[in-house]
Amino acid sequence: MITRRKFLIGSGVVGGGLVLAMVLKKDPPLPGLRQDSFAPNAYLQITPENQVVFHYDKAEMGQGVITGLTTLIAEELDVHPSKIITEAAGVHPDYGAPVVGQITGGSMSIKDSWQHIREAGASARAMLVQAAANQWAVDISQISSSDGSLLNQITGERLSYGDLADHAAQLEVPESTSLKDPYAFQYIGKFDQRLDARIKVNGKADYGMDVDLPGMKIAMVRRCPHFGGHAVSFDAGIARAIPGVIDVLAISNGVAVLADSYWQASKAVKALDIVWDKGPLAGLTSEKILANQRAALRDGKIKELHSTGDVAAAQKNELLEAEYVLPFLHHSTMEPQNTTVLIDDGKAEVWSPTQAPDMVQSAVHMASGIPKNNITVNSMLMGGGFGRRAMTDFAHEAGEVAAAYPGTPVKLVWSREDDMQHDYYRPSSIHRFQGSLNNKKQLNSWSHTMVSSSVITSFANSLIAGVLPSATPNGMVKSMGRGLSSLVKKMAPIMEEGTHIPYVCENVAVSRAVYDPGIPTGFWRSVGNSFNGFVTESFMDEMAHAAGRDPVEFRLSHMQDFPRDKKVLELVAEKSAWAESAAHQGVAVHPSFGSFVAMVAEVSVEGTSFTVDKVTVALDCGRVVNPDIVVMQIESGIIYGLSAALKPSLQIKDGAVAQSNFHDLPVLRMHEAPEIEVHLVDSDIDPTGVGEVGVPPIAPAVANALFVATGQRLRELPLKLG
Amino acid sequence: MSENTTSISFTLNQQAQQVEVSPDTPLLWVIRENLKLTGTKFGCGIAQCGACTVLLNGKAIRSCVTPVTAAQGQELTTIEGLNDEHPLQQAWVDLNVPQCGYCQSGQIMSAVSLLNDNPKPSEVEIKNTMAGNICRCGCYQRIYKAIALVADSDEDQA
Ligand code: FES
Ligand code: FES
Repeated sequence: MITRRKFLIGSGVVGGGLVLAMVLKKDPPLPGLRQDSFAPNAYLQITPENQVVFHYDKAEMGQGVITGLTTLIAEELDVHPSKIITEAAGVHPDYGAPVVGQITGGSMSIKDSWQHIREAGASARAMLVQAAANQWAVDISQISSSDGSLLNQITGERLSYGDLADHAAQLEVPESTSLKDPYAFQYIGKFDQRLDARIKVNGKADYGMDVDLPGMKIAMVRRCPHFGGHAVSFDAGIARAIPGVIDVLAISNGVAVLADSYWQASKAVKALDIVWDKGPLAGLTSEKILANQRAALRDGKIKELHSTGDVAAAQKNELLEAEYVLPFLHHSTMEPQNTTVLIDDGKAEVWSPTQAPDMVQSAVHMASGIPKNNITVNSMLMGGGFGRRAMTDFAHEAGEVAAAYPGTPVKLVWSREDDMQHDYYRPSSIHRFQGSLNNKKQLNSWSHTMVSSSVITSFANSLIAGVLPSATPNGMVKSMGRGLSSLVKKMAPIMEEGTHIPYVCENVAVSRAVYDPGIPTGFWRSVGNSFNGFVTESFMDEMAHAAGRDPVEFRLSHMQDFPRDKKVLELVAEKSAWAESAAHQGVAVHPSFGSFVAMVAEVSVEGTSFTVDKVTVALDCGRVVNPDIVVMQIESGIIYGLSAALKPSLQIKDGAVAQSNFHDLPVLRMHEAPEIEVHLVDSDIDPTGVGEVGVPPIAPAVANALFVATGQRLRELPLKLG
Repeated sequence: MSENTTSISFTLNQQAQQVEVSPDTPLLWVIRENLKLTGTKFGCGIAQCGACTVLLNGKAIRSCVTPVTAAQGQELTTIEGLNDEHPLQQAWVDLNVPQCGYCQSGQIMSAVSLLNDNPKPSEVEIKNTMAGNICRCGCYQRIYKAIALVADSDEDQA
């Protein structure tokens, strides 16, 4: 144990303390290992040339994870974050977590890495100190570290970490070491730049779309526009005649074209003449889906998710009832989906912008038959993820085409149209609420019943099979192996995420009926919270108004058991000058991913149009690693959520998506974006999620503000004034 | 099948370039695939998102819908041509503008064009011009502030 480090036993300081060794497994070999380096664990390598290399095992999609994780390791290693060389980790058992593997999602990167990435830094530093102590023949207590070098406090000699790399590599990884006390943090909570900012303003950042290899060809795919449908036959005559077109081939997801360039490939896929079997969803529309959801609510099998008290008895009081309707949502990452695969000599190399490199490995394995341990995955920067890139359909397609052209690197690229029409959408849903007040005008009962499809089906399929065509029959999920069923169990509560209201109420019942129209669905930033946040916080507002009470005061009076929610609500009320402001304000509180968020939105209305002028936010996400990146993520979540709340929604017609690009499925633009002001609660509790938590409260905050401004209660997204 | 190509010459980031491509090829793909400058991005292909914005004789254009023939004899500038020296790029870093970063080349080129035309734009002018560039990460407030910062500073505009 490193005694120099202060170790406050029982001090109540969370995050400090004794930790166990993490030792790099030798087999299989670590991808990207520099042979002559000191590599005490899978995260860190220090070369004799004094390069400090950090392999980050979470995917950077804009949320700032490179900077955040590097800050954690920098803190314990005592090297300034900007001096560390960062590389995306490959696929290796030392990374990730059991069952879910190396996926980045659930706003968990900092939370999950908080302990072990710091441990990785601390144990490396301990070994460097030991190496120096041996070399100088002094006790480790005579050695101090600062920014990548060690100082012999007796002689004043100094050695860089690189000088000690060879020696440290001979030492055993210590069984335990201790972490810094938070009071000594130099970077955590303080460093507030982004390590990836410069390359993202000078064009040097390499995204999946930017992969360029000698002899590389471009592949594009025409997929059946109708979910679950397939190509019966096709005539490739015209497509093949387009200059630069190399081949046209049927793959499991449609018909692929391989060409020299994107432009040629895009002309050729459009020129394909394909006879489609529209499949089982032919004729399906958004209206029919809604009608079926209503029928399921009325007649379907309703399963209770959670409850307390006796709602039925409590509902003898006067009831407030409401129905909410939410649409399917597309992700529209700024970078359309793509993946490059080179298959050669029984091996595959993959370049993919992915949230799940190990699942990409499986997908390419399934597509090509190449054993997984012969598949190298290079995780590229992503032009947005938002949950879309947790799916691997595009990698599977690339693997299939590349398998047909061994020796030729194949970059499979989606157009924006492909991206919007073949997404894994946030499921549509409807929700019925019934609530009652007691004679003190407090909540007496709260009943919430929802109907939606599951988001797990498609993901589970993709996890098993490295993905099949979209809308693979759901029965597949039932035949899954043990790992998968435990995953499904773990993820089953996803649709109820956000139904646990942060308010004391004696009688609560939350239940759900499943109706799956067969549209592929998936993780959409904040997942279940994205709809449950809207409906619970809208209905809570309805209850407040029904009680004739101020919406903030009403909420606060129910929060005695929810101190962190209460604190953010009080803070946002203060910062937004609630009740004093002349603006039309609406409030919403929604805890998610372990964090606590409250928002006040201000709107102005003219006739039936309105603008969202300002959003004030209070956030408690525990200890903050990079304060400005936390603020950025909240800003980002608000714009993402607002886009979905204000812009026309995706429509299903004939079992297909009716829109195709930003002209008919528009998203929020700068002139529509509100001013956003974020206030962070100081906390020494371990960090919790940030990437998604800004999404759920924005739609209800705006709807609640519109009610104040107009008296209209909007129970359907997108929000439209009548 | 052999391709019906045309030879097109232009100046790109102050260097003379000549390409042999099919004349209907959008400039975007010539820049990205033929000339290997991948800082200019593909986002929509129909002039809706602005990710592909480059300067043609100093003015922002959407390169995804501009046929390469329009560049004949003209001067083009891409994000790489700013050489990391434009005050907007520094403002972008100072204010932590980029998240995923994918839209940012296009955002910056649109902003460069705006300031070329109008060194002191109003808030409405900034927002109306930048409305052509989508950012799915929602960096709008920071993009706005970065442009306003440069417009307000006394330093020269490139
Ligand atoms: S790619 Fe050109 S505007 Fe979107
Ligand atoms: S930074 Fe991601 S789209 Fe703008």
